Amino acid sequence: MSGAGPGRPLAHWQHRLAERGVDRQLWLLVPALVFVIALFLYPFFYGLTLSFQPTTGGPFSDYARFFSDSYERGTIWITLRIALPAALLNVLAAVPIAYRMRGRFRGKRLVTTLLVVPITLGTVLTAQGLLNFLGPTGWFNRILLASNLVDEPVRLTHNYWGVFFSLVITGFPFAFLLVLSYLSGIDPTLERAAATLGADWRRRFTRITLPLLMPGLATTFCLTFVLAFSVFPSAVLVGNPAGETRVISLAAYQAAYEQYDYPYASAIAMIMGFVELVIIAVVLAARSRFYTGSTGGKG
Amino acid sequence: MATTTQAPPARPPATSTDRRRRIAARPAAWIVWGVVIFFFLNLLGVVASVLVSSFGQRWFDTWLPDGYTTSWYARAWDEFALLSVIVVTLEVSVLVVGLSLLIGVPAAYALARRSFPGKRLIFLVFLLPILMPPITYGIPLATVLYKFGLAGHMSGVVLANLVPSVPFVILTMTPFIEQIDPRIESAARMCGAGLRTVFLRVLTPLLVPGILASAILVLVRTVGMFELTFLTAGPDSQTLVVALYYSMSASGIRAQQSVDAMAVIYTSMMLVLLVVALRYVNPTQLVARVKDEPEH
Repeated sequence: MSGAGPGRPLAHWQHRLAERGVDRQLWLLVPALVFVIALFLYPFFYGLTLSFQPTTGGPFSDYARFFSDSYERGTIWITLRIALPAALLNVLAAVPIAYRMRGRFRGKRLVTTLLVVPITLGTVLTAQGLLNFLGPTGWFNRILLASNLVDEPVRLTHNYWGVFFSLVITGFPFAFLLVLSYLSGIDPTLERAAATLGADWRRRFTRITLPLLMPGLATTFCLTFVLAFSVFPSAVLVGNPAGETRVISLAAYQAAYEQYDYPYASAIAMIMGFVELVIIAVVLAARSRFYTGSTGGKG
Repeated sequence: MATTTQAPPARPPATSTDRRRRIAARPAAWIVWGVVIFFFLNLLGVVASVLVSSFGQRWFDTWLPDGYTTSWYARAWDEFALLSVIVVTLEVSVLVVGLSLLIGVPAAYALARRSFPGKRLIFLVFLLPILMPPITYGIPLATVLYKFGLAGHMSGVVLANLVPSVPFVILTMTPFIEQIDPRIESAARMCGAGLRTVFLRVLTPLLVPGILASAILVLVRTVGMFELTFLTAGPDSQTLVVALYYSMSASGIRAQQSVDAMAVIYTSMMLVLLVVALRYVNPTQLVARVKDEPEH
Protein backbone atom coordinates (compact mmCIF):
# COMPACT_ATOMS: atom_id res chain seq x y z
CA MET A 1 0.00 0.00 0.00
CA SER A 2 2.76 2.41 0.89
CA GLY A 3 4.82 1.23 -2.03
CA ALA A 4 7.92 1.08 0.16
CA GLY A 5 10.89 -0.64 -1.46
CA PRO A 6 12.51 -3.73 0.07
CA GLY A 7 15.78 -1.89 0.72
CA ARG A 8 17.47 -2.72 4.01
CA PRO A 9 17.84 0.79 5.52
CA LEU A 10 14.19 1.48 4.76
CA ALA A 11 13.06 -1.78 6.34
CA HIS A 12 15.09 -0.99 9.41
CA TRP A 13 13.48 2.41 9.59
CA GLN A 14 10.00 0.92 9.16
CA HIS A 15 10.70 -1.59 11.86
CA ARG A 16 11.67 1.06 14.34
CA LEU A 17 8.56 3.06 13.56
CA ALA A 18 6.37 -0.04 13.88
CA GLU A 19 7.73 -0.59 17.36
CA ARG A 20 6.30 2.77 18.31
CA GLY A 21 2.95 1.97 16.74
CA VAL A 22 3.44 3.59 13.35
CA ASP A 23 2.88 1.21 10.47
CA ARG A 24 1.05 0.96 7.21
CA GLN A 25 -2.38 0.81 8.80
CA LEU A 26 -2.03 4.46 9.65
CA TRP A 27 -2.44 5.22 5.96
CA LEU A 28 -6.14 4.94 6.77
CA LEU A 29 -5.79 8.25 8.56
CA VAL A 30 -4.26 10.03 5.60
CA PRO A 31 -7.44 10.99 3.67
CA ALA A 32 -9.00 12.48 6.78
CA LEU A 33 -5.78 14.29 7.71
CA VAL A 34 -5.36 15.72 4.21
CA PHE A 35 -8.95 16.82 4.35
CA VAL A 36 -8.66 18.51 7.74
CA ILE A 37 -5.43 20.24 6.75
CA ALA A 38 -6.75 21.41 3.38
CA LEU A 39 -10.21 22.50 4.43
CA PHE A 40 -9.81 23.48 8.05
CA LEU A 41 -6.25 24.24 9.10
CA TYR A 42 -5.11 25.85 5.84
CA PRO A 43 -8.12 28.20 5.58
CA PHE A 44 -7.71 29.03 9.23
CA PHE A 45 -4.06 30.02 8.89
CA TYR A 46 -4.79 31.69 5.58
CA GLY A 47 -7.41 33.80 7.36
CA LEU A 48 -4.99 34.47 10.19
CA THR A 49 -2.28 35.77 7.86
CA LEU A 50 -4.85 37.64 5.79
CA SER A 51 -6.04 39.43 8.90
CA PHE A 52 -2.50 40.85 9.30
CA GLN A 53 -2.46 42.14 5.72
CA PRO A 54 -5.14 44.82 5.77
CA THR A 55 -5.99 46.79 2.67
CA THR A 56 -4.62 49.93 4.30
CA GLY A 57 -2.25 50.47 7.21
CA GLY A 58 0.14 48.28 9.17
CA PRO A 59 -0.28 44.63 10.10
CA PHE A 60 -2.39 45.29 13.16
CA SER A 61 -4.51 48.08 11.74
CA ASP A 62 -7.57 45.88 11.14
CA TYR A 63 -7.52 44.74 14.75
CA ALA A 64 -6.99 48.33 15.86
CA ARG A 65 -9.88 49.36 13.64
CA PHE A 66 -12.16 46.81 15.27
CA PHE A 67 -11.27 47.75 18.81
CA SER A 68 -11.26 51.51 18.29
CA ASP A 69 -14.76 51.60 16.80
CA SER A 70 -17.26 51.26 19.62
CA TYR A 71 -19.98 50.06 17.20
CA GLU A 72 -17.74 47.17 16.17
CA ARG A 73 -16.17 46.54 19.58
CA GLY A 74 -19.62 46.43 21.13
CA THR A 75 -20.56 43.37 19.09
CA ILE A 76 -18.43 41.21 21.42
CA TRP A 77 -20.39 42.40 24.42
CA ILE A 78 -23.70 42.08 22.56
CA THR A 79 -22.90 38.49 21.58
CA LEU A 80 -21.83 37.54 25.08
CA ARG A 81 -24.86 39.25 26.58
CA ILE A 82 -27.10 37.01 24.47
CA ALA A 83 -25.09 33.80 24.40
CA LEU A 84 -23.96 33.48 28.03
CA PRO A 85 -27.39 33.87 29.69
CA ALA A 86 -29.04 31.69 27.06
CA ALA A 87 -26.47 28.88 27.45
CA LEU A 88 -26.59 29.18 31.23
CA LEU A 89 -30.38 29.09 31.33
CA ASN A 90 -30.50 26.10 28.99
CA VAL A 91 -28.08 24.08 31.11
CA LEU A 92 -29.53 25.10 34.49
CA ALA A 93 -33.11 24.40 33.41
CA ALA A 94 -32.08 21.07 31.94
CA VAL A 95 -30.64 19.76 35.22
CA PRO A 96 -33.80 19.48 37.38
CA ILE A 97 -35.91 18.33 34.45
CA ALA A 98 -33.43 15.66 33.41
CA TYR A 99 -33.02 14.66 37.08
CA ARG A 100 -36.76 14.16 37.30
CA MET A 101 -36.93 12.23 34.03
CA ARG A 102 -33.85 10.09 34.37
CA GLY A 103 -35.75 6.98 35.42
CA ARG A 104 -37.97 5.01 33.13
CA PHE A 105 -41.54 6.13 32.65
CA ARG A 106 -44.23 5.85 30.07
CA GLY A 107 -43.74 8.21 27.18
CA LYS A 108 -40.07 8.96 27.81
CA ARG A 109 -39.27 8.05 24.25
CA LEU A 110 -42.02 10.42 23.10
CA VAL A 111 -40.67 13.31 25.18
CA THR A 112 -37.12 12.87 23.94
CA THR A 113 -38.35 12.51 20.37
CA LEU A 114 -40.40 15.70 20.61
CA LEU A 115 -37.37 17.49 22.03
CA VAL A 116 -35.28 16.56 19.01
CA VAL A 117 -37.74 18.36 16.72
CA PRO A 118 -36.57 21.95 17.41
CA ILE A 119 -32.93 20.90 17.03
CA THR A 120 -33.52 19.54 13.59
CA LEU A 121 -35.76 22.41 12.53
CA GLY A 122 -32.85 24.78 12.94
CA THR A 123 -32.69 28.47 13.62
CA VAL A 124 -34.18 29.73 10.37
CA LEU A 125 -37.50 27.97 10.79
CA THR A 126 -37.58 28.77 14.51
CA ALA A 127 -37.13 32.42 13.61
CA GLN A 128 -40.02 32.29 11.16
CA GLY A 129 -42.25 30.62 13.74
CA LEU A 130 -41.28 33.06 16.48
CA LEU A 131 -42.13 36.01 14.24
CA ASN A 132 -45.62 34.61 13.79
CA PHE A 133 -46.14 33.31 17.30
CA LEU A 134 -44.59 36.05 19.46
CA GLY A 135 -45.37 38.96 17.16
CA PRO A 136 -47.73 41.76 18.27
CA THR A 137 -50.74 39.99 16.76
CA GLY A 138 -49.47 36.48 17.40
CA TRP A 139 -51.13 33.88 19.59
CA PHE A 140 -48.84 34.49 22.55
CA ASN A 141 -49.76 38.14 22.85
CA ARG A 142 -53.42 37.37 22.15
CA ILE A 143 -53.48 34.96 25.09
CA LEU A 144 -51.81 37.54 27.34
CA LEU A 145 -54.30 40.21 26.24
CA ALA A 146 -57.30 37.93 26.52
CA SER A 147 -56.36 36.90 30.04
CA ASN A 148 -55.85 40.57 31.00
CA LEU A 149 -52.25 40.02 31.98
CA VAL A 150 -51.11 42.94 29.87
CA ASP A 151 -52.84 45.99 28.46
CA GLU A 152 -50.96 46.20 25.19
CA PRO A 153 -48.99 43.62 23.22
CA VAL A 154 -45.57 42.84 24.66
CA ARG A 155 -42.81 43.46 22.16
CA LEU A 156 -40.95 40.17 21.90
CA THR A 157 -39.68 40.15 18.33
CA HIS A 158 -37.14 42.29 16.51
CA ASN A 159 -35.25 42.83 19.74
CA TYR A 160 -33.06 41.05 22.29
CA TRP A 161 -35.83 38.76 23.51
CA GLY A 162 -36.65 37.33 20.10
CA VAL A 163 -33.06 36.16 19.67
CA PHE A 164 -32.96 34.93 23.26
CA PHE A 165 -36.12 32.84 22.82
CA SER A 166 -34.89 31.37 19.57
CA LEU A 167 -31.69 30.31 21.35
CA VAL A 168 -33.71 28.76 24.16
CA ILE A 169 -35.98 26.88 21.76
CA THR A 170 -33.10 25.32 19.85
CA GLY A 171 -30.62 25.18 22.74
CA PHE A 172 -32.69 23.83 25.60
CA PRO A 173 -33.57 20.48 23.98
CA PHE A 174 -29.93 20.08 23.02
CA ALA A 175 -28.78 20.72 26.59
CA PHE A 176 -31.54 18.54 28.02
CA LEU A 177 -30.71 15.50 25.91
CA LEU A 178 -27.02 15.81 26.74
CA VAL A 179 -27.62 16.22 30.48
CA LEU A 180 -30.07 13.32 30.42
CA SER A 181 -27.52 11.03 28.86
CA TYR A 182 -24.84 12.14 31.32
CA LEU A 183 -27.26 11.57 34.22
CA SER A 184 -28.20 8.10 33.07
CA GLY A 185 -24.47 7.37 32.90
CA ILE A 186 -24.25 7.74 36.69
CA ASP A 187 -24.68 4.48 38.53
CA PRO A 188 -28.04 4.68 40.38
CA THR A 189 -26.78 2.34 43.11
CA LEU A 190 -24.48 5.12 44.36
CA GLU A 191 -27.52 7.18 45.25
CA ARG A 192 -29.32 4.21 46.72
CA ALA A 193 -26.33 3.52 48.93
CA ALA A 194 -26.43 7.11 50.14
CA ALA A 195 -30.15 6.78 50.82
CA THR A 196 -29.50 3.66 52.90
CA LEU A 197 -27.02 5.67 54.93
CA GLY A 198 -29.75 8.19 55.67
CA ALA A 199 -29.14 11.00 53.17
CA ASP A 200 -32.28 12.84 52.08
CA TRP A 201 -32.77 13.68 48.39
CA ARG A 202 -31.22 17.12 48.74
CA ARG A 203 -28.00 15.73 50.18
CA ARG A 204 -28.00 12.89 47.70
CA PHE A 205 -28.26 15.39 44.89
CA THR A 206 -25.68 17.89 46.14
CA ARG A 207 -23.16 15.40 47.50
CA ILE A 208 -23.41 12.48 45.04
CA THR A 209 -25.14 13.28 41.76
CA LEU A 210 -24.12 16.88 41.21
CA PRO A 211 -20.35 16.37 41.68
CA LEU A 212 -20.44 13.39 39.33
CA LEU A 213 -22.50 15.37 36.86
CA MET A 214 -20.36 18.53 36.90
CA PRO A 215 -17.92 17.48 34.13
CA GLY A 216 -20.87 16.60 31.93
CA LEU A 217 -22.51 19.93 32.72
CA ALA A 218 -19.33 21.77 31.77
CA THR A 219 -19.19 19.96 28.43
CA THR A 220 -22.87 20.63 27.84
CA PHE A 221 -22.38 24.29 28.65
CA CYS A 222 -19.51 24.52 26.16
CA LEU A 223 -21.48 22.91 23.34
CA THR A 224 -24.59 24.99 24.04
CA PHE A 225 -22.46 28.11 24.26
CA VAL A 226 -20.85 27.39 20.88
CA LEU A 227 -24.32 27.14 19.37
CA ALA A 228 -25.48 30.33 21.00
CA PHE A 229 -22.29 32.24 20.31
CA SER A 230 -22.46 31.70 16.57
CA VAL A 231 -26.08 32.89 16.44
CA PHE A 232 -26.54 34.37 13.03
CA PRO A 233 -29.84 33.81 11.20
CA SER A 234 -32.07 34.49 14.18
CA ALA A 235 -30.12 37.62 15.08
CA VAL A 236 -31.00 38.98 11.64
CA LEU A 237 -34.54 37.66 11.38
CA VAL A 238 -36.06 37.98 14.87
CA GLY A 239 -33.53 40.40 16.26
CA ASN A 240 -32.66 43.98 15.57
CA PRO A 241 -29.60 43.50 13.36
CA ALA A 242 -28.71 47.17 13.24
CA GLY A 243 -28.80 47.69 16.99
CA GLU A 244 -29.10 45.59 20.08
CA THR A 245 -28.59 42.21 18.41
CA ARG A 246 -25.80 43.13 16.02
CA VAL A 247 -23.74 40.10 17.01
CA ILE A 248 -20.12 39.58 16.09
CA SER A 249 -20.85 36.98 13.41
CA LEU A 250 -23.03 39.56 11.71
CA ALA A 251 -20.19 42.08 11.81
CA ALA A 252 -17.87 39.51 10.22
CA TYR A 253 -20.44 38.65 7.58
CA GLN A 254 -21.04 42.28 6.67
CA ALA A 255 -17.32 42.94 6.36
CA ALA A 256 -16.90 39.99 4.01
CA TYR A 257 -20.04 40.05 1.91
CA GLU A 258 -21.18 43.67 1.99
CA GLN A 259 -17.87 45.58 2.10
CA TYR A 260 -15.82 42.79 0.43
CA ASP A 261 -13.04 43.53 2.91
CA TYR A 262 -11.78 39.98 3.44
CA PRO A 263 -8.78 40.90 5.64
CA TYR A 264 -11.07 42.79 8.01
CA ALA A 265 -13.64 39.96 7.98
CA SER A 266 -10.88 37.47 8.77
CA ALA A 267 -9.70 39.67 11.62
CA ILE A 268 -13.22 39.73 13.07
CA ALA A 269 -13.55 35.96 12.65
CA MET A 270 -10.24 35.49 14.48
CA ILE A 271 -11.38 37.75 17.32
CA MET A 272 -14.62 35.80 17.47
CA GLY A 273 -12.85 32.47 17.64
CA PHE A 274 -10.46 33.80 20.26
CA VAL A 275 -13.23 35.09 22.54
CA GLU A 276 -15.08 31.82 22.23
CA LEU A 277 -12.02 29.69 22.94
CA VAL A 278 -11.17 31.81 26.00
CA ILE A 279 -14.58 31.12 27.51
CA ILE A 280 -14.41 27.42 26.66
CA ALA A 281 -10.91 27.21 28.13
CA VAL A 282 -12.13 28.80 31.37
CA VAL A 283 -15.02 26.34 31.63
CA LEU A 284 -12.85 23.34 30.79
CA ALA A 285 -10.22 24.44 33.31
CA ALA A 286 -12.95 24.53 35.93
CA ARG A 287 -14.13 21.13 34.72
CA SER A 288 -10.75 19.54 35.35
CA ARG A 289 -11.15 20.32 39.04
CA PHE A 290 -13.94 17.73 39.27
CA TYR A 291 -13.80 13.96 39.27
CA THR A 292 -13.86 12.87 35.64
CA GLY A 293 -13.32 9.15 35.92
CA SER A 294 -15.83 6.41 35.31
CA THR A 295 -19.20 7.00 36.90
CA GLY A 296 -19.96 3.30 36.85
CA GLY A 297 -23.19 3.67 34.96
CA LYS A 298 -24.34 2.19 31.74
CA GLY A 299 -23.09 5.13 29.68
CA MET B 1 -35.41 1.32 24.30
CA ALA B 2 -38.42 -0.51 22.99
CA THR B 3 -38.93 -1.86 26.46
CA THR B 4 -39.63 1.53 27.98
CA THR B 5 -43.30 1.39 27.08
CA GLN B 6 -43.77 -1.96 28.79
CA ALA B 7 -44.00 -2.14 32.54
CA PRO B 8 -41.78 -4.77 34.14
CA PRO B 9 -43.88 -7.90 34.38
CA ALA B 10 -42.89 -8.73 37.95
CA ARG B 11 -44.79 -5.99 39.80
CA PRO B 12 -46.63 -3.73 37.39
CA PRO B 13 -49.51 -2.49 39.61
CA ALA B 14 -47.26 -1.66 42.54
CA THR B 15 -44.80 0.47 40.56
CA SER B 16 -47.43 2.49 38.75
CA THR B 17 -49.32 3.40 41.91
CA ASP B 18 -46.07 4.15 43.73
CA ARG B 19 -45.02 6.52 41.03
CA ARG B 20 -48.38 8.27 40.92
CA ARG B 21 -48.44 8.79 44.66
CA ARG B 22 -44.91 10.14 44.64
CA ILE B 23 -45.69 12.68 41.94
CA ALA B 24 -48.78 13.85 43.77
CA ALA B 25 -46.80 14.31 46.95
CA ARG B 26 -44.10 16.55 45.50
CA PRO B 27 -44.74 20.06 44.24
CA ALA B 28 -41.28 20.07 42.66
CA ALA B 29 -42.45 17.42 40.22
CA TRP B 30 -45.41 19.59 39.26
CA ILE B 31 -43.16 22.58 38.65
CA VAL B 32 -40.83 20.51 36.46
CA TRP B 33 -43.69 19.06 34.44
CA GLY B 34 -45.28 22.50 34.22
CA VAL B 35 -42.11 23.97 32.74
CA VAL B 36 -41.85 21.11 30.26
CA ILE B 37 -45.47 21.48 29.21
CA PHE B 38 -45.10 25.26 28.90
CA PHE B 39 -42.07 24.73 26.69
CA PHE B 40 -43.92 22.25 24.50
CA LEU B 41 -46.97 24.53 24.24
CA ASN B 42 -44.79 27.37 23.01
CA LEU B 43 -42.98 25.04 20.62
CA LEU B 44 -46.32 23.87 19.32
CA GLY B 45 -47.39 27.50 18.92
CA VAL B 46 -44.23 28.31 16.97
CA VAL B 47 -44.67 25.42 14.56
CA ALA B 48 -48.47 25.62 14.33
CA SER B 49 -48.52 29.35 13.61
CA VAL B 50 -46.35 28.77 10.54
CA LEU B 51 -48.53 25.86 9.48
CA VAL B 52 -51.83 27.71 9.94
CA SER B 53 -50.52 30.82 8.25
CA SER B 54 -49.38 28.86 5.22
CA PHE B 55 -52.95 27.64 4.67
CA GLY B 56 -54.62 30.96 5.52
CA GLN B 57 -56.06 33.31 2.92
CA ARG B 58 -55.74 36.50 4.92
CA TRP B 59 -54.55 36.61 8.51
CA PHE B 60 -54.27 39.93 10.23
CA ASP B 61 -55.49 40.85 13.68
CA THR B 62 -57.51 37.72 14.45
CA TRP B 63 -57.09 34.40 16.20
CA LEU B 64 -57.34 32.40 13.01
CA PRO B 65 -57.21 33.26 9.30
CA ASP B 66 -60.38 34.34 7.46
CA GLY B 67 -60.39 31.42 5.06
CA TYR B 68 -58.23 28.54 4.03
CA THR B 69 -56.48 27.80 0.77
CA THR B 70 -53.64 25.71 -0.56
CA SER B 71 -52.75 28.19 -3.28
CA TRP B 72 -49.74 29.52 -1.34
CA TYR B 73 -47.97 26.24 -1.85
CA ALA B 74 -48.33 26.44 -5.61
CA ARG B 75 -47.14 30.04 -5.53
CA ALA B 76 -44.17 29.25 -3.32
CA TRP B 77 -43.28 26.29 -5.53
CA ASP B 78 -43.14 28.57 -8.60
CA GLU B 79 -41.79 31.76 -7.03
CA PHE B 80 -38.86 30.18 -5.25
CA ALA B 81 -38.18 27.51 -7.90
CA LEU B 82 -38.48 24.97 -5.14
CA LEU B 83 -38.04 21.92 -7.34
CA SER B 84 -34.50 22.88 -8.30
CA VAL B 85 -33.76 23.97 -4.72
CA ILE B 86 -34.87 20.60 -3.38
CA VAL B 87 -32.86 18.77 -6.04
CA VAL B 88 -29.78 20.79 -5.07
CA THR B 89 -30.41 20.05 -1.39
CA LEU B 90 -30.62 16.32 -2.07
CA GLU B 91 -27.54 16.30 -4.31
CA VAL B 92 -25.48 18.20 -1.76
CA SER B 93 -26.63 15.96 1.10
CA VAL B 94 -25.96 12.70 -0.73
CA LEU B 95 -22.50 13.87 -1.80
CA VAL B 96 -21.64 15.07 1.68
CA VAL B 97 -22.85 11.86 3.31
CA GLY B 98 -20.98 9.63 0.85
CA LEU B 99 -17.72 11.55 0.94
CA SER B 100 -17.69 12.01 4.69
CA LEU B 101 -18.24 8.28 5.20
CA LEU B 102 -15.46 7.41 2.74
CA ILE B 103 -13.03 9.74 4.48
CA GLY B 104 -14.24 9.33 8.03
CA VAL B 105 -14.75 5.60 8.54
CA PRO B 106 -11.13 4.52 7.80
CA ALA B 107 -9.85 7.32 10.02
CA ALA B 108 -12.24 6.31 12.79
CA TYR B 109 -10.94 2.76 12.48
CA ALA B 110 -7.32 3.84 12.84
CA LEU B 111 -8.17 6.08 15.78
CA ALA B 112 -10.25 3.45 17.55
CA ARG B 113 -7.86 0.54 17.14
CA ARG B 114 -4.35 1.92 17.17
CA SER B 115 -2.25 3.91 19.53
CA PHE B 116 0.60 5.88 18.07
CA PRO B 117 2.55 9.02 18.87
CA GLY B 118 0.52 12.18 18.31
CA LYS B 119 -2.83 10.43 18.51
CA ARG B 120 -4.22 12.92 21.02
CA LEU B 121 -3.13 15.83 18.86
CA ILE B 122 -4.78 14.32 15.76
CA PHE B 123 -7.93 13.66 17.74
CA LEU B 124 -7.97 17.29 18.90
CA VAL B 125 -7.56 18.51 15.32
CA PHE B 126 -10.55 16.39 14.30
CA LEU B 127 -12.54 17.74 17.22
CA LEU B 128 -11.87 21.42 16.50
CA PRO B 129 -14.27 21.86 13.55
CA ILE B 130 -17.10 20.70 15.80
CA LEU B 131 -16.09 22.94 18.68
CA MET B 132 -15.70 26.10 16.60
CA PRO B 133 -18.76 28.05 15.50
CA PRO B 134 -19.29 27.60 11.74
CA ILE B 135 -19.09 31.32 11.02
CA THR B 136 -15.61 31.55 12.55
CA TYR B 137 -13.98 29.07 10.21
CA GLY B 138 -16.62 29.52 7.51
CA ILE B 139 -15.49 33.01 6.53
CA PRO B 140 -11.79 32.14 6.02
CA LEU B 141 -12.88 28.89 4.35
CA ALA B 142 -15.21 30.70 1.97
CA THR B 143 -12.41 33.18 1.18
CA VAL B 144 -10.07 30.31 0.30
CA LEU B 145 -12.73 28.51 -1.72
CA TYR B 146 -13.49 31.69 -3.67
CA LYS B 147 -9.77 32.16 -4.27
CA PHE B 148 -9.56 28.76 -5.92
CA GLY B 149 -12.82 29.30 -7.78
CA LEU B 150 -14.57 26.50 -5.91
CA ALA B 151 -17.22 28.51 -4.10
CA GLY B 152 -20.33 29.94 -5.69
CA HIS B 153 -21.45 26.60 -7.01
CA MET B 154 -22.11 23.17 -5.67
CA SER B 155 -18.54 21.92 -5.17
CA GLY B 156 -17.93 24.73 -2.68
CA VAL B 157 -21.10 23.92 -0.76
CA VAL B 158 -20.16 20.25 -0.57
CA LEU B 159 -16.58 20.96 0.48
CA ALA B 160 -17.66 23.42 3.16
CA ASN B 161 -20.28 21.03 4.54
CA LEU B 162 -17.70 18.26 4.75
CA VAL B 163 -15.71 20.23 7.32
CA PRO B 164 -18.01 19.48 10.28
CA SER B 165 -19.33 16.21 8.78
CA VAL B 166 -16.09 14.22 8.59
CA PRO B 167 -15.22 14.80 12.28
CA PHE B 168 -18.80 13.98 13.14
CA VAL B 169 -18.56 10.64 11.32
CA ILE B 170 -15.28 9.91 13.11
CA LEU B 171 -16.84 10.67 16.49
CA THR B 172 -19.98 8.60 15.92
CA MET B 173 -18.16 5.67 14.33
CA THR B 174 -15.43 5.26 16.96
CA PRO B 175 -17.67 3.59 19.60
CA PHE B 176 -19.17 1.26 16.99
CA ILE B 177 -15.70 0.14 15.93
CA GLU B 178 -14.57 -0.28 19.53
CA GLN B 179 -17.46 -2.69 20.08
CA ILE B 180 -16.16 -5.12 17.45
CA ASP B 181 -13.94 -7.81 18.89
CA PRO B 182 -10.43 -7.34 17.41
CA ARG B 183 -9.99 -11.11 17.50
CA ILE B 184 -12.41 -11.37 14.56
CA GLU B 185 -10.02 -9.30 12.50
CA SER B 186 -7.05 -11.30 13.73
CA ALA B 187 -8.81 -14.50 12.70
CA ALA B 188 -9.44 -13.06 9.24
CA ARG B 189 -5.80 -12.03 9.02
CA MET B 190 -4.73 -15.53 10.02
CA CYS B 191 -6.81 -16.92 7.20
CA GLY B 192 -4.88 -14.74 4.81
CA ALA B 193 -7.11 -11.71 4.34
CA GLY B 194 -5.37 -8.42 3.60
CA LEU B 195 -6.35 -5.08 5.06
CA ARG B 196 -8.71 -4.39 2.18
CA THR B 197 -10.46 -7.76 2.48
CA VAL B 198 -10.76 -7.35 6.24
CA PHE B 199 -12.36 -3.98 5.66
CA LEU B 200 -14.76 -4.97 2.93
CA ARG B 201 -15.70 -8.51 3.93
CA VAL B 202 -15.44 -8.45 7.74
CA LEU B 203 -15.68 -4.95 9.13
CA THR B 204 -18.15 -3.28 6.80
CA PRO B 205 -20.94 -5.86 7.29
CA LEU B 206 -20.45 -5.62 11.06
CA LEU B 207 -20.41 -1.85 10.92
CA VAL B 208 -23.59 -1.41 8.89
CA PRO B 209 -25.67 -0.20 11.87
CA GLY B 210 -23.03 2.37 12.78
CA ILE B 211 -22.59 3.51 9.20
CA LEU B 212 -26.35 3.89 8.80
CA ALA B 213 -26.60 5.84 12.04
CA SER B 214 -23.82 8.26 11.20
CA ALA B 215 -25.00 8.62 7.60
CA ILE B 216 -28.43 9.68 8.77
CA LEU B 217 -27.04 12.01 11.41
CA VAL B 218 -24.82 13.69 8.81
CA LEU B 219 -27.79 13.90 6.45
CA VAL B 220 -29.94 15.66 9.05
CA ARG B 221 -27.14 18.05 9.91
CA THR B 222 -26.35 18.84 6.28
CA VAL B 223 -29.95 19.58 5.33
CA GLY B 224 -30.24 21.80 8.40
CA MET B 225 -26.80 23.44 8.08
CA PHE B 226 -27.30 27.10 7.39
CA GLU B 227 -24.09 29.06 7.94
CA LEU B 228 -21.60 27.16 5.80
CA THR B 229 -23.98 26.75 2.88
CA PHE B 230 -24.99 30.38 3.15
CA LEU B 231 -21.37 31.53 2.95
CA THR B 232 -20.38 29.37 -0.02
CA ALA B 233 -23.54 29.00 -2.12
CA GLY B 234 -24.10 30.80 -5.37
CA PRO B 235 -27.52 31.63 -6.79
CA ASP B 236 -28.09 28.17 -8.26
CA SER B 237 -26.54 26.14 -5.46
CA GLN B 238 -28.73 27.19 -2.56
CA THR B 239 -30.10 24.52 -0.29
CA LEU B 240 -33.59 24.78 1.13
CA VAL B 241 -32.59 26.47 4.41
CA VAL B 242 -30.61 29.15 2.62
CA ALA B 243 -33.40 29.78 0.12
CA LEU B 244 -35.79 30.06 3.07
CA TYR B 245 -33.50 32.57 4.77
CA TYR B 246 -33.24 34.72 1.65
CA SER B 247 -36.99 34.71 1.14
CA MET B 248 -37.50 35.66 4.79
CA SER B 249 -34.97 38.47 4.88
CA ALA B 250 -36.47 39.85 1.67
CA SER B 251 -39.99 39.62 3.06
CA GLY B 252 -42.25 42.46 2.12
CA ILE B 253 -41.64 41.72 -1.52
CA ARG B 254 -43.51 38.47 -1.32
CA ALA B 255 -46.56 37.46 0.66
CA GLN B 256 -45.81 36.24 4.16
CA GLN B 257 -47.92 33.15 3.55
CA SER B 258 -45.87 31.87 0.65
CA VAL B 259 -42.73 32.16 2.78
CA ASP B 260 -44.64 30.20 5.43
CA ALA B 261 -45.58 27.59 2.84
CA MET B 262 -41.92 27.21 1.97
CA ALA B 263 -41.08 26.88 5.66
CA VAL B 264 -43.68 24.12 5.96
CA ILE B 265 -42.15 22.28 3.01
CA TYR B 266 -38.77 22.53 4.72
CA THR B 267 -40.24 21.38 8.03
CA SER B 268 -41.95 18.36 6.51
CA MET B 269 -38.75 17.39 4.75
CA MET B 270 -36.88 17.59 8.06
CA LEU B 271 -39.60 15.65 9.86
CA VAL B 272 -39.48 12.83 7.31
CA LEU B 273 -35.71 12.68 7.79
CA LEU B 274 -36.19 12.76 11.54
CA VAL B 275 -38.68 9.88 11.54
CA VAL B 276 -36.27 7.85 9.42
CA ALA B 277 -33.37 8.83 11.65
CA LEU B 278 -35.14 7.85 14.86
CA ARG B 279 -35.67 4.33 13.54
CA TYR B 280 -31.92 3.86 13.57
CA VAL B 281 -30.54 6.13 16.26
CA ASN B 282 -31.25 7.25 19.77
CA PRO B 283 -32.43 10.85 20.18
CA THR B 284 -29.37 11.70 22.24
CA GLN B 285 -27.15 10.64 19.35
CA LEU B 286 -28.55 13.49 17.31
CA VAL B 287 -26.81 15.93 19.62
CA ALA B 288 -23.76 14.04 20.72
CA ARG B 289 -21.87 10.82 20.76
CA VAL B 290 -23.28 9.04 23.77
CA LYS B 291 -23.80 5.35 24.15
CA ASP B 292 -27.15 4.58 25.69
CA GLU B 293 -27.79 0.92 26.21
CA PRO B 294 -31.20 -0.34 27.29
CA GLU B 295 -31.52 -1.30 30.92
CA HIS B 296 -31.85 -4.94 31.73
